Order: sequence, then C-alpha cells, then structure tokens
Amino acid sequence: MNKKQKKALRNIIIAIVLLAAIKLSERFIAYEELINGSFPTGRVILFFLYMIPYLAVGYEILRKALKGIKNRQVFDENFLMAVATLGAIAVALIYNGDYTEAVAVMLFYQIGELFQSIAVGKSRKNISDLMDIRPDYANIERDGKLEQVDPDEVEIGSVIVVRPGEKIPIDGVVVEGVSSLNTAALTGESVPLDVSETDNVISGCVNISGVLKIQTTKEFGESTASKVLDLVENAASRKSKSENFISKFAKYYTPVVCYSALALAILPPVILLITGNDANFGQWIYRALTFLVISCPCALVISIPLSFFAGLGGASEAGILIKGSNYLEALASTGYVVFDKTGTLTKGVFEVCETVPADPEMTKEQLVEYAAMAEMDSNHPISLSLKKAYAKEIDRDRVNDVTEISGHGISALVDGKRVLAGNIKLMRKFGLNVPEDLKETGTVVYVAVDDRFAGYIIISDVVKEGAKEAISLLHNDGVSGTVMLTGDSDRVAKKVAGLLGIKEVYSELLPADKVTKVEEILKKKNSAQKVAFVGDGINDAPVLSRADIGIAMGALGSDAAIEAADIVLMDDDPRKISKAIRIARKCMRIVYENTIFAIGVKIICLILGAVGIANMWVAIFADVGVMVIAVINAIRALFVKKL
Amino acid sequence: MKKKYDIEVDCANCANKMEEAAKKTNGVKNAIVNFMALKMEVEFEEGADHKSIMKDVLANCKKVEDDCEIYI
Repeated sequence: MNKKQKKALRNIIIAIVLLAAIKLSERFIAYEELINGSFPTGRVILFFLYMIPYLAVGYEILRKALKGIKNRQVFDENFLMAVATLGAIAVALIYNGDYTEAVAVMLFYQIGELFQSIAVGKSRKNISDLMDIRPDYANIERDGKLEQVDPDEVEIGSVIVVRPGEKIPIDGVVVEGVSSLNTAALTGESVPLDVSETDNVISGCVNISGVLKIQTTKEFGESTASKVLDLVENAASRKSKSENFISKFAKYYTPVVCYSALALAILPPVILLITGNDANFGQWIYRALTFLVISCPCALVISIPLSFFAGLGGASEAGILIKGSNYLEALASTGYVVFDKTGTLTKGVFEVCETVPADPEMTKEQLVEYAAMAEMDSNHPISLSLKKAYAKEIDRDRVNDVTEISGHGISALVDGKRVLAGNIKLMRKFGLNVPEDLKETGTVVYVAVDDRFAGYIIISDVVKEGAKEAISLLHNDGVSGTVMLTGDSDRVAKKVAGLLGIKEVYSELLPADKVTKVEEILKKKNSAQKVAFVGDGINDAPVLSRADIGIAMGALGSDAAIEAADIVLMDDDPRKISKAIRIARKCMRIVYENTIFAIGVKIICLILGAVGIANMWVAIFADVGVMVIAVINAIRALFVKKL
Repeated sequence: MKKKYDIEVDCANCANKMEEAAKKTNGVKNAIVNFMALKMEVEFEEGADHKSIMKDVLANCKKVEDDCEIYI
C-alpha cells in the first residue's frame, strides 16, 4: 500500500469505529427525546455526532468536488458523491430521518475506491514483474576490476561481463565463457538455453551458471530487452473498440443520469402538486439521490481497460507479445489463419530426412559419410546438412582430388575410392543407371562409389514439431479456415499440407503474390471474421501488415519483424497461435461479461430506484459492489496458463 | 516529436479526462494516456517548445483532475 492508500484506510477505520460508537450510544441514550422546549436538542447533537465520521471519510471528496465546481468540471464522481450524500443528510435533517445512510454511502464509496486502487496497483505490479527484463546496469572490466555502468552508456563493440544470476543487458556475441541462459521472461520457455563462444545472445535473458564475456552488437536502446519493453508499454495505448466505447459511454452516461436525477426530483412532485396530491418532495429527492449514487461509471471505466491490460500481461507471460488491445480484440474473432510455410510450419533449414543405400553392403552411415566427405569443402546448404548428418569431424587426410562439376555435383577420392555425389545429371554423365522420378519431395543427392551407384540421400525442409497439432488446435478452436502460402514447388507444398491437415494450399508464389492471396481471402471472408497471417518475419513484412492481424514468430532479435507484426511470438512454436487466440477470447469474454453485468445492474437499479423499490443501500451495491466484482473478474484475464 | 512521461492518477476515468485536457492544450498534436502503465505519450506540433507546453498540459490536467501529477 502506498501513502495515499494508507491514509484512506486510516480514515475508513476511524469512520467505522465512530459510526459503531454512535450506533451503540443510541441504545443507551434516547437522543430523539432530548427536547429543550421546542428546540430538539437531541437531533442537533445526533447531527453533529454523525458529521464526525462523515467528514472523516468524506472530507477529501467534498474538497475535490468544490475544486471541480471551481474548474467547471461538474459531472465527476466526487461531485456526484458530494451531492448525493449532502442531499441525503439534508433530507434526513428536514424529515427527521436517519443519517446513517449518508455516512454509509460515503464510507462504502471510499472502501470501493481503496479496493480498486489496491487491485489496480497489484495487477500493475504483477504485470511489470512478468516483464521484469529491464536490466539496471552493465558490468564493464576496467583495469582488472568490474565496474557497474548505465547500460545506456555502453558503446557498440564493448565487452561486458555477465555473472551468474545477472540479466544480460545488451544484445551481443559471447567472446568468452560457457553458460546456460534462462529465457523464460522473454519466451515463456522454461528449458535453459546453452551458450558458448561465438553464440549470439539477446538481452533480457538471465545468466544461470557461468561467467560470460559478451561483445555488444547493439546499443542498449536497440537491444531486444528495450524493444520488447517499449512494445509492451505501448500496447495499452492502442485502444480497442470496447475501450473507446466505454469512454464514450461514460462521457454521456454520467450527465444523462444526473439530469434524470434532477428531473426525478422535480417533475413528479410538481405534477403531483398540480393534480392536487401530496407532493412528497422528500421521497422524490431521496429517489433522485439514489440515482446519483448509481450513476458513477467507475465499474466500467476501470474494469474494461484492466481486463485488456491483464490479458496483454498474461499473453506476454506466455511469450506472446501483443502490440495493442485492438489486436487482442481482433484476435478473438480470427476466422482464417494464413501460414507462410518456410520457417513457420517448417523449420526452414535443410536436413537429411531419408537415406536409401542401393548396395546391400553399404550402410546408411557409410552412405552419409561418403557424401559428407566428398562435399567437405562446399558451403552449399545441401552440403552443410550432409555434414551435419555425419556429425563427426571430417578427417581431411582421407579425401583427395576434389573437383566440383558445376551444375552436377562433386567428384572426390575418399579412402582411395572414387566418390560421386550430386544430382541425376551427374549420374547420367558418368553413365550410371539410377532410379528416376523418386516422387520425393526434396532435394535428392545421388551417391556413386567406384563407378557403382551406391544410393541416394533425400534432403528437405522438415516440418516443425507441433505444427500438426497447431493446425488441429486451430480447427478445434472453430477457426473456419487454415491456408498455407509458399514459394516452394507444388509437390512439396501439397505434401506438407497433407501432413499437417491444411486443406487450402497455394504454391509457387512470389512475395507479391502472397499479398494478393491474402487480399482474396480478406474479400472472401464475412465481415465479422478476421484474417491472421503468420510468417517468420523474413521477406513477408508487406503481408504481415496487409492482414488484419500480422503474427511474426520466432522473431526475437529480428527488428524488422517486430516492427511489421501486430503480434510477436517470442519462440517459434506454432501452437502458440491457438493459445493466443484462446487468451484473446477469454479476455474478450471477460470484457463482455463486465460490460453487460455493470450496465445491466445499473439500469435495473436505476429503474428500481425511480419507482422507489431500491433504496440507498441497493444503490451502494450497484456502484461499489459491481465495481469490486468487475475488477475481480477483470483480473482473471491474467491467468492464462491452462488455456 | 513524441515524448513519454510518467504520470500519477488514481482512477481510470480521471486518466481519460487528463487525456482530453492534454489533447486540447495548444502545441499538442495528440496525447495518449495509458492508465495501466501510468504513462502519458504526448506528440507535439512541429518546432514547439515541449518544456513550456508540458507546463500548460500539467496545468490543464490539474484543472480537470486535481489529484494528478505529470513528472516532466
């Protein structure tokens, strides 16, 4: 609790104690009967007694209300509360009523305010703890001593030291040391990441085990941690339709209720008077005052932004950064999810996925070994994947006489044997008989040893773990369509789509065609549905911005993707898309619940108050009770683990 | 030019009012108050002196919500 809250709590306690004491004293002293001649001494004493707790708890409100009037800001909640309670006191004074209600209204209003302030402060702290990636300092070694400096002052290319338990303050490359990093604050991923020399590391990760020396590659302001924090802080500034609706609603609602209250206080009694009945001013004024108490729009005005804030916070805890509550809102009504294939559903790196020896004496390992040896000097992605599959250090002494046959492949002497590794043209060139048209979806590397065909190796992009599940999750979520776009060949595209369960596939597209396709889908869908495009942020910025919702995945460290996308998935797990949609839906459900609940209860209470069924106590519930319930409900949006 | 300021305000409605007041201040092109993050982002008109404008913004905000603060 901060100073203000403590003061408010103190005032509330004082008021409660005093009110209880007065109530207790009324049991022993019959104030009403203390009459001095025609002067009702007892009532005057009672009035002053009740004024003590009233002022204790309401002084601030009265002061603010006066200031408000002075600054011509009439319809604020302080004014409403001041008029309502002072009015109630006046009615009680004139009609010998009870002062308790006036004090209670003020008391509960203050309790509600205090609760709201604590709840908001708590969730603010919760969310900022989640995003606790802001580094406070960087260690720089000077003359053999570590010195803590402001990360802002560290220049690009400086070497910083990060000890175990410290956050990496600036993006860079490890120049010395081995360690594991905890990336949970950034990605939601709990498995530590092992790093050693020459690995790139990003700021915001926590160093777990060893001391790392890191050469910075960016300024602090351009580093991942700063970018992510910026993004999160700006998120709540992009307001959703619901939030705009609420602030518009609040703008008109309060004055409307105030004028209705005024009308309620004047019109019925005047009409009654004209028609010759008893005007009963006290009763109508009392009803008008309950109107004023109900009229405070706090429940709505606080709970809707709080729900969004909690939703955004919960999402960022799960490694999903959403750039604004408007995108959270759009995400909840996602109708189509369009995927870019490479890097999104597939890993985007070539891997050996099948090895088929033709010679029964040749093992798979041997086949890969020969191919890797022959390709040892090449940096082509295919050669790299072969060397990766071989996984051992290549003994260069075993390989001689390497010649590259351009457009065909490589010829080399491995252990004295002539090895050919390349495409089908290479085999034909050497007059070797090989199986054609393998109906495989990938690059085929044929291998021949000593002029005999030895087998082939298939290298292709592999589907990501969880990609299939991601698609079926989306279908379970009721998304009407999943679409895959790719620049790859039709054959590969169809195979991947079939494997994943995607029905709509468009292949052999240029980057510009992808925009056209997304536009076609935008035209096709119905207006309530939104189209999300998921890409890896490489070459797809135009599509990301064209779709209703641009989702970049695995984009950590890629500035362009963070710029262009509306939602950034910190790791590259495609299942997070479904999770993001669920978080958004939960959040929107809470927003609707709160809107309908708060407006509904208020309208019902207003009607009941107008016909005289609802008294001041009901009005207090309609104001404070609804607000407390709405705030508690809003905080639920923060809990997204089980979604 | 855009600048971001820390603010202090108690209720969400008051934050909305501060936003309105800041927007109406001379020299301010646009203002966004983020109640949850307690930040105010102000976009100034070209070539305006942001320091003196922020004084006006604060004064205007104080008029609508006495209990607010902007850390200029």
